[in-house]
Parts: sequence; structure tokens; C-alpha cells
Amino acid sequence: MIWLTWRQFRPQAIVAAGALVVVAILLAASRASVGGAYTASGLSACHANCSTLVATFLLDLNPLDRFLWLGSILLMYLTPVAMGAFWGAPLIAREFEAGTHRLAWNQSVTRTRWTFVKLGLVGLASCATAGLLSLMWTWWAGPIDSAASFLHGQGHVNVAGANAAFGLTRLDPVMFAARGVAPVGYAAFAFALGVTAGVLLRRTLAAMAVTLVIFIAIQVLVPNLVRPHLLPPVQVTTPLTARNLTFAVNENLNVGHSTVQVSGPNFAQPGAWLISDVTVTSSGAAVVTPKACQFTLAELRNAGPGAELLGCRKVLGTMRLRQIVSYEPASRFWPLQWIETGLYLVLAAGLGLVCGWQVRRRRVP
Amino acid sequence: MTNAAAAIEARGLGKRYGRRWALADCTLTIPAGHVAGLVGPNGAGKTTLISLATGMLAPTAGTVEVLGGSPTGGPDQLARVGYVAQDTPTYAGLTVADHLRLGARLNPRWDDGLARRRVEQLGLDPRLKASRLSGGQRAQLALTLALAKRPELLILDEPIASLDPAARREFLQVLMNATAEQEFSVVMSSHQVADLERVCDYLIVLVASRVRIDGEVDDLLATHHLLTGPRRDAASLPSSQQVITESHTGRQSTFLVRCGEPIADPAWAVDPVSLEDLVLAYMGHATTGSPGFRMMEVKR
Repeated sequence: MIWLTWRQFRPQAIVAAGALVVVAILLAASRASVGGAYTASGLSACHANCSTLVATFLLDLNPLDRFLWLGSILLMYLTPVAMGAFWGAPLIAREFEAGTHRLAWNQSVTRTRWTFVKLGLVGLASCATAGLLSLMWTWWAGPIDSAASFLHGQGHVNVAGANAAFGLTRLDPVMFAARGVAPVGYAAFAFALGVTAGVLLRRTLAAMAVTLVIFIAIQVLVPNLVRPHLLPPVQVTTPLTARNLTFAVNENLNVGHSTVQVSGPNFAQPGAWLISDVTVTSSGAAVVTPKACQFTLAELRNAGPGAELLGCRKVLGTMRLRQIVSYEPASRFWPLQWIETGLYLVLAAGLGLVCGWQVRRRRVP
Repeated sequence: MTNAAAAIEARGLGKRYGRRWALADCTLTIPAGHVAGLVGPNGAGKTTLISLATGMLAPTAGTVEVLGGSPTGGPDQLARVGYVAQDTPTYAGLTVADHLRLGARLNPRWDDGLARRRVEQLGLDPRLKASRLSGGQRAQLALTLALAKRPELLILDEPIASLDPAARREFLQVLMNATAEQEFSVVMSSHQVADLERVCDYLIVLVASRVRIDGEVDDLLATHHLLTGPRRDAASLPSSQQVITESHTGRQSTFLVRCGEPIADPAWAVDPVSLEDLVLAYMGHATTGSPGFRMMEVKR
């Protein structure tokens, strides 16, 4: 059964191996210039207030390196989807379409074994491919990622002149899925999802489409709804006084007067992932614009940095407002990576069991 | 080999697709040690019955046993039954040699010598991909896989439809030799009654999920007679003579009857029945093309 699985998978395996070799050569060739720029910037010796050095380094990167950096993210997003659609979906659906399952199921091998050997071997190949790709990119982008980790994790911190996206830390949802071990979990899950869709729908094309839609939906939902809860975020509460608060007065034509938006000090945790930053009253309620901050349109037009606005700040300072910031510190990168990888692997294994059960139960003419 | 067990034993077997029953309440026993032909009109449920017996389908109702075991039993049970599906599936991307290797890897009783000899005899290039083979060659490859598996029972669904006459003869010869040497039993469905006549020694006529008649071919031929004589009513025949079909002209009546005893009535001209006529009669078709022949409702 192992031989047959390998023989059927061989063309795809050759394509994947070829792609890995091309990527490896490309990265090995260009890694020196990235490493050189990093050393030249002096970032390796920097411990505090390094953002100027970061900017120097990022501006120093040549266009090919920038292109590769963007390509790395794109490729790491595409890899699991491709595994699901091109390796997973056809694995069993194509046998149903061609009727070859009737040949395979009449060999002296139970179809449970048939299913699990196919799932196991090609699934492992998916994991290995995604893992190797991620390993290579993580190594290649190491200097850029560590430069970004000096920046304060508001997500997008603009480094003057540099591409804004370069400021993304590893923990930022955009980067998280393209680094470390998580792609292995994604590949395993996408593959199992493809196989399951193929078993249930018995049509390769339909299974590919379903895999694509479901996997993308899950990749959007998990960073927003699940990942922030995998490890309880660090919560910092800062009492706001007239001194440390910032506020913005918005004209609000519906209400007839202005409303105020209060925020605390800027978040300053290098490499962290900011999950939420809210300002609330001492009882935890939303801030209601006090009288001192309610201006008419005319008043706002006439007021420069006038006494009225200062009055607003003063009143806000006495309201005992609090800023509550939730974030995952930079040190949580690997714990979160492993937990999420484990989660996806468990889901993939569950889907694998569904496949085995369906193939046993559902007999196809 | 468990000689006691039937090749296929179905009890109240049924398969439903939505509201339509492809096979309903089918009870039959096909004994082992025969080349058994399964015939019937399109839609009678032949392929469904075979799919159920090979475990490709799960029954909606009833049970089916093959060689005394469940069709989806373990590897041992799978090794005992060879099956070639109607469209003789092969892997398009795999070569002939790959297919033989597949068979060798997945079957403990694989007879590699037999497989190689057959491929050579058939003139199949081992390096050729299955997608490059003709329909008949693909069928031969699928049959080779099933034969080299050394099964106790070979189940074939319309196996000879895609073979040319020479290949058909060769293949039927293989089946006859194998069963003559008691190597394995065969159950095959076919439309080609003429071919079945040459090779089958057991016959099952399936019409609308029901077994119309089954038995050893020699017995069937010995107990069915074509009676021709002066016009008379079917009701006037003795009760031992079961009328299968009847036709009448102005002065003459023709009956195809089933009767265990010799026909004594001197008024009749008694003729033997060909297997094809017998099958057609049970399938509810006219047995002769003579003008004025009128099909009556088939009687049990």
C-alpha cells in the first residue's frame, strides 16, 4: 500500500521537491546581502531606542530582498491552501471519479488501511513541505524579523521611508502564519480538509473549491477569535490623569455638539502583539463626553488651543478614567506557535478519522 | 476453501437510491464450483447485486454473504474474491508493469508468473501507461490482476463487452479451464447469452430484482420444452407443465413449458429449447420471430 501511494503521489512529490530546491537556491544566494545589511546597521549591538537603526537597515535592503520578503509571506499563505486543494482534494475524490477505487478496494487490503496509508503518507509530505519552506524563510528573514522586533508592536509602525509592512513583528497576525512551525499545522489541516471534502463530495473540483473557501475562512477567523484566547493576554491598567491622557474632540453633527475620544499613553512593548487598547471609566463603562468637552461647531472653529479645550482636559483628568491594554508579549511567540500548531494537528487528525469512517461506511458504486 | 459455502448468498437483499429501489428483496443462492451466469434485462439489478456482493455498496435491506463471509471482511476475505467492475478500472497514470507490481504488493497469494505470462501472451508492453491501452486491453489488464490474485471466486460484471471476438474466446477458455480444474468459481453477468451458453454451467435470470429462474444449465435445458401442435388453451395443459410463454396462430399453438417429466401427449411436436430462447422467455420476450406471434403475460 505504501508503494502504491508513493507511486501515485510521485509526480506531485517531484514538483514539490523541485519547488523546494528552487526556493532554497534563491534564498541561499540572497541571504548574504540581508545578513550583511543587518551587520552594517549595527542593530546587533543595539539595546534601546533602536528605531533609527531599524530604519537604516530596512532602507538598506535591495529591491530583490524586499520582493523576497513579501514573497515569503505570500508563499507561506499559499502553501497550505495548495496542499489542501492539489494534494488533499484529489487524493480520494479522483479515485471515485475514475472508478479506480473499485480496483483498489478489491486488493487484499482493507479500505481502512487504504485510506489511512494514503492520508498518512501524503499528509506527512504536506507537513514536511510546509515545514521546510517555513524553516528556510524563517532563517532567511531572521535579520528582518529581529529588526522588526525592536519596534513597538502597534502592528504597523511607520519607519520613515521604509515599507510600512516591514514594521510587522513576528506576533502580528499577518506575520504569525508565515513563520515558525504554525505552517506545518496549517498544511496538515488544509490537506485533511481537502481529503474530507473529496470523500464527501466525490468530485475533485467541487472539493477543491470547498477546501479553498473553508480554509480561508478559518485562517481569517482564528487570528481574530481564537488566537487571542490561546494564552490569556497580559493586561495593563493605567489610571489616566490630565497629564498622561490624550484626547480628540470630534464634531458630531447628530448630537449637535462635539464628543470626546480619550486614550492613554502610546503602547510601547517591543515585539508585542497589541490585542486591545480601551479607555473606560472607573466602573468599566464607556466614557461619556462631559459638559466641559461639549462644544458647538462655532466654538470649535473659533477655538485655537484655547482655554475651553484645556478645561476639557482638566475635567477628563478628574474623571478617574483608566486605560486597559491587552497584549501578548514578544516572548509568547513560540508558546503560541506550538499551541496553534497542536490545535491544527488535532483538527487534522479528527478530519482524518472522519475520512476513514466515511470510506468504510459510505460505499461508492 | 470452504466448499460448503455458497459463492453468493443473498437474503432479502435490497438497495435503494432515494425512493427508487435498484434491487429489492432479492433472495438467491449461487452455489460454488460453477461458472454462473447472471442475466437479465437492463435495470434488473445485476450490477447492483454484484456491487453489493463485492462490498462496493452497502445494502439498504437484507444481507449478502460471499463464500460464507462478509463482502467487506478483512484482508483474508478480500484475498479470496477477485472482482472486475463493469468499466474495468485501471490507473491511467500507471504502466502495465506498475499494475502488476501493485497486484504483487497488495495480494498475499499473487501469482507473478501467471500475471507475466498473460501480459506477454496478450502482447501488452509493460512500459505502456494504462491510459494508452485500448478499452479491450485495459479490460484484459484488469482481468489479469483479478486472475493472478488467485481468488476462490471471480466476480465479473459484463466482462466480455469490451473484448474482441478472439480475446473473448481466449478469456472464456481461461474461465472454463480454471473451473474444470476446480481452481475457482465464477459469477459473471452478461448480456451475451450466446457466450454464456458456451461457458456457463449455472444460470440465474434476474428480472426486476427477482430471480425468475435459476439452476444448472443442463437441468434447465432438460426440463424446458417447446411444444407445437393444434390450437388449444394454456389452461388445458396438465398441471405438471408450467407455461412460460405461449403463442397462437389460427390453427396452431406454441408453448414453452417447464416440465420435469417427459411430454407424453402425442399431439405435440416436442423440441428442445436453446439457452438463449429460455433466457429470453424468462425475460419476457418473444422466443421466435414468426408472424402472428403474440406475447402473453409471462406466467410463473
